Amino acid sequence: MKFSEAWLREFVDPPISTRELVHQLTMAGLEVDGFTSVAGECSKVIVGEIIKAEIHPDAEKLLVCKVSSGHEELQVVCGAPNARVGIKVPFALVGAKLGKEKIKKAKLRGVDSFGMLCSERELGISDLHEGLMELPLEAPVGEDIRHFLKLDDNIIDLDLTPNRSDCLGIVGLARETGLINEIDVSYPEDRFVTPIVEDIFPVELGDPQTCPRFVSRVLRNININALTPLGMKEKLRRSGIRSIDPVVDVTNYVMLELNQPMHAYDLNQLKEKIVVRQSKEGERITLLNGEEVILNGETLLITDGNGPIGIGGVMGGLTTSVTSNTKDIVLESAWFSPSAIAGRARYYGLSSDAAHRFERGVDWQGQISAIERATELLIAIVGGEAGPLSHSVHSEHLPKIKDIKLRASRVEKLLGVAIDDSTIEGILERLGFGFRCSKAENNTYWIVKAPSHRFDISIEADLIEEISRIYGYNSLPVRTPLTSLKMSSNDESEIPLGRIRSQLVARGYQETINYSFVDPELERLIDPEKEPIKLANPLSKDMSVMRTTLWTGLLKSLIYNLNRQHERIRLFEVGLRFGQVKDISEASFSDILQEKTIAGIACGSRHVENWASDRNIIDFYDVKGDLESILALTSADFEVVPVLHPTLQSGQAAEIRREKELVGYLGLLDPRVQQALDIRNPVYLFELKVGLIVNKVVAKVRSLSKFPEVRRDIAIIVDQSISAASVMKCVYLATNDSLINLKLFDVYQGKGIDPNRKSIAMGLTFRHGSRTLNDEEINQSIIKIVSSLKSELKASLRD
Amino acid sequence: MSEITAITRIARQAIETAKDITDLEVLRVQYLGKKGELTALLRGLGRLPKEDRPSAGAAINESKGLIEDLIQVRKEQFEAAALRERLDAEAIDVTLRGRDGDIGGLHPVTIVLDRMESFFRSVGYDVIEGPEIEDDYHNFEALNLPEHHPARAMHDTFYFNPNLLLRTHTSPAQVRTMESNDPPIRVICPGRCFRVDPPDPSHLPMFHQVEGLVVDSDISFADLKGTVEEFLRVFFENEDLNVRFRPSYFPFTEPSAEVDVQCVHCLGKGCRVCSHTGWLEVMGSGMVHPKVLEYSGIDSEKYTGFAFGMGPDRLAMLRYGVDDLRHYLDNDLRFLEQFR
Repeated sequence: MKFSEAWLREFVDPPISTRELVHQLTMAGLEVDGFTSVAGECSKVIVGEIIKAEIHPDAEKLLVCKVSSGHEELQVVCGAPNARVGIKVPFALVGAKLGKEKIKKAKLRGVDSFGMLCSERELGISDLHEGLMELPLEAPVGEDIRHFLKLDDNIIDLDLTPNRSDCLGIVGLARETGLINEIDVSYPEDRFVTPIVEDIFPVELGDPQTCPRFVSRVLRNININALTPLGMKEKLRRSGIRSIDPVVDVTNYVMLELNQPMHAYDLNQLKEKIVVRQSKEGERITLLNGEEVILNGETLLITDGNGPIGIGGVMGGLTTSVTSNTKDIVLESAWFSPSAIAGRARYYGLSSDAAHRFERGVDWQGQISAIERATELLIAIVGGEAGPLSHSVHSEHLPKIKDIKLRASRVEKLLGVAIDDSTIEGILERLGFGFRCSKAENNTYWIVKAPSHRFDISIEADLIEEISRIYGYNSLPVRTPLTSLKMSSNDESEIPLGRIRSQLVARGYQETINYSFVDPELERLIDPEKEPIKLANPLSKDMSVMRTTLWTGLLKSLIYNLNRQHERIRLFEVGLRFGQVKDISEASFSDILQEKTIAGIACGSRHVENWASDRNIIDFYDVKGDLESILALTSADFEVVPVLHPTLQSGQAAEIRREKELVGYLGLLDPRVQQALDIRNPVYLFELKVGLIVNKVVAKVRSLSKFPEVRRDIAIIVDQSISAASVMKCVYLATNDSLINLKLFDVYQGKGIDPNRKSIAMGLTFRHGSRTLNDEEINQSIIKIVSSLKSELKASLRD
Repeated sequence: MSEITAITRIARQAIETAKDITDLEVLRVQYLGKKGELTALLRGLGRLPKEDRPSAGAAINESKGLIEDLIQVRKEQFEAAALRERLDAEAIDVTLRGRDGDIGGLHPVTIVLDRMESFFRSVGYDVIEGPEIEDDYHNFEALNLPEHHPARAMHDTFYFNPNLLLRTHTSPAQVRTMESNDPPIRVICPGRCFRVDPPDPSHLPMFHQVEGLVVDSDISFADLKGTVEEFLRVFFENEDLNVRFRPSYFPFTEPSAEVDVQCVHCLGKGCRVCSHTGWLEVMGSGMVHPKVLEYSGIDSEKYTGFAFGMGPDRLAMLRYGVDDLRHYLDNDLRFLEQFR
């Protein structure tokens, strides 16, 4: 909300600078975003009157004018299209300063020019530069323009919180400024216009719960072509409102001053009577802005015999609006329940100053003084004869002033300091809150009544907030909370996520943070089978679905960096992935899977380029090793089994399981996807459920054997299709627990071996817990193992 | 006797001029071997008169000892030289880089979140996480933001359907905590939040927040001030950092306060970073609204609490001099590699 500082100071004028005022408002909870001066720097600019205007002898687009400055007539060459005899305009004299420009005596096409006639832009008032700024005819020639236009003013931009709609009007803001500075405010006097005509336009409150008060008045024979006074136009302009015609200007002016939105109808376009009621679905109305709106069934309408003539509290209709032909009008000043207005403007894609105020709420006692003020102003500008006030009210549906109990003990409990009773009472007084005090055995309390403009105050906490705000947040005490030194539980079997992160960092992975919503095209490319959850109102198409895997974002980040000349990339992320539901439009919270996941991506050479390292590209086992290094933190057994996965190349894709539960996947990005994404080198991916890798086996130490260990190596030949895991499993099953270590140290295919078979070499370490194993025992074990390998896996010993 | 002297002299000369260990071995055999010259002299002792034998024998043994020592010394010289030569040959350039010493790094927001977590854990807070997809009840209604509340307009919300949305703040985690825990409650909840804001240097449609909540029988606004001030001073490692509280409005707290810190760039003098105000807005806070306590089944007469919500993205910006929030989600390695 923008407002004019000078306008505020008409009501309350504390002896402080603009900067101090702005700071004061901010610290009182009315945050000021900034302020700017109303006009640019200008000096020696006065009101001038064009007395004579002749076409320049050498330039037909220029005029040579005689301009009166009050005590002399000066020749000025001017090119503005609206320059003509009789108008009054801002006149910058020789020596004047306009911003950085200094006006000097000049010769234009051979004709002397003493000064310059100005547009609004040249004065720094607005961007208007189509012609000269025309001043009202009563403007006193010779008067300093800064004084005449009251340009020594600032526009203050206030960012009001929704609870303080009482400050959306200048008078409300003046009240607040007054109480902060503890000075009096000169409120506008309540005037009552004496009716001259008897006309009343009938009003019926068809939905008194939402519109319990509707005040109206007929005004006949107005001169709609009268001009809005410059001072009023300027105040509107400084509040960001354009001048339209005197009737609209006055209703806007009263809204800005008293925070009561108003509306004016053309009496001769109204039929029968005004009825305020709820809309029926499918009804239509063409609004003031020319837009036709099809209404839903929960909109408050102002209607007449012809149908809807306005959306209550939001915007008036076109058919009954005031036009340049209007002679007689009906003024409306109503109170609408905020809940009947809230969200309606947004629903129809509209925004209006009225809706902004009504949905936050306006003073339910302000309608009469607003309409009287508007009538008074209108009669002064457009003349006309006023009818009597028509006041339709259902008091039982108006808000009530409540009794709120305020306990001194509660103030102390909430603020951490006992504030004197007299200080509290002083603050309540400054706020204009009525109260009565009861003292009963250290148990002081007050019954407080907040005035109707502070309808936001309804409970004790609201009052305590007001007291602390006026007392000053920064005057309240500071304390470090005291609490019992109770240790929090700490489950050792839970691995801190930080440890897993650090491990990946140690293995060369860089952590990333990717958007939770991603491009559906990329999702479909990497997993055509999944149906990601769609946002109803995404920011853009490439941010419109929730990721089903962290790989989507990691791939995007990988490509981003590949495109910036990075070749070797290792990235990881920890975050939620989102599971599909059948129909998101009907889903509720429990239908959604949100699973904490850790995922990584690797691409490029195995080592950072270095004199001592080869430049080979990574393979499956590099990434598997990275993965094993984090799984190792658990001391648990994980099973890795081949799998078919839509994102991964078959034959290089694995599923990771822990006690039969699926932990995640690891593998090579499918070449179809790799090609579609235009990535040159192979890309390896992994993704694990965090919940299944953060639980570790807490150590339970075995005693150390004193007896020596014996190692035997064997090499067997098996079919290509036999996995290392099955070989090792077979060995373990064929032996007892004296086999304490089994290392698979060589896998060989090629020369000397049947091309369908491979050689696997293993080192077996034996040891007994309580005695030395002899050769015979070990040989027996080996024989048993070999024979088991032969029978189970059709293995042969390699010589 | 002169013969021994002569042999010794010649031997000494020969040992001194020996070229290597092989030469020395030849000399050892020549003088000290079974058929060596001194051995021969010892064997010839029997031919000497009896009374001369002890002195001659002593002289031969002395010469033998001397030659042995000379050979040993010379041998050690050769060995030392050989070792030196080998070590010289094996010397390497220790300034070359080692193998695979490169590490990755943590995201700056994680670094900030980790620090914040450790500060709060050290004084007994628990860290909890909430879901990113929330229902309207937890994100708004239970926080005293009923449908059509004008304050909802400040939350440009991403929706899935009228009841499901991406959380616009971490405050719903407050509600979830209070629903399932009895006071005393001390938690922080870090996490991602979402608002319909196109990315620009100071806005992202996805950002982080850390929500704090303390509920107990004797918690006041003074405790909120103490906690927030202390946190900010510890975070910015500046004991004298000025902090101010400004009245504000959040439907779920009352009294509500915005917290500003003295601009960490210009130390309050006024600069571009703080829009020449000298202050930076870093969090919203307040005393938990009695309705919010009641919604979650906590007796608001008996218990009071405070809550705050701050933006680690912005704190990381101030702490590390990041000038554009979009860096956080671009994941450009040239940016990320500056953090470890």
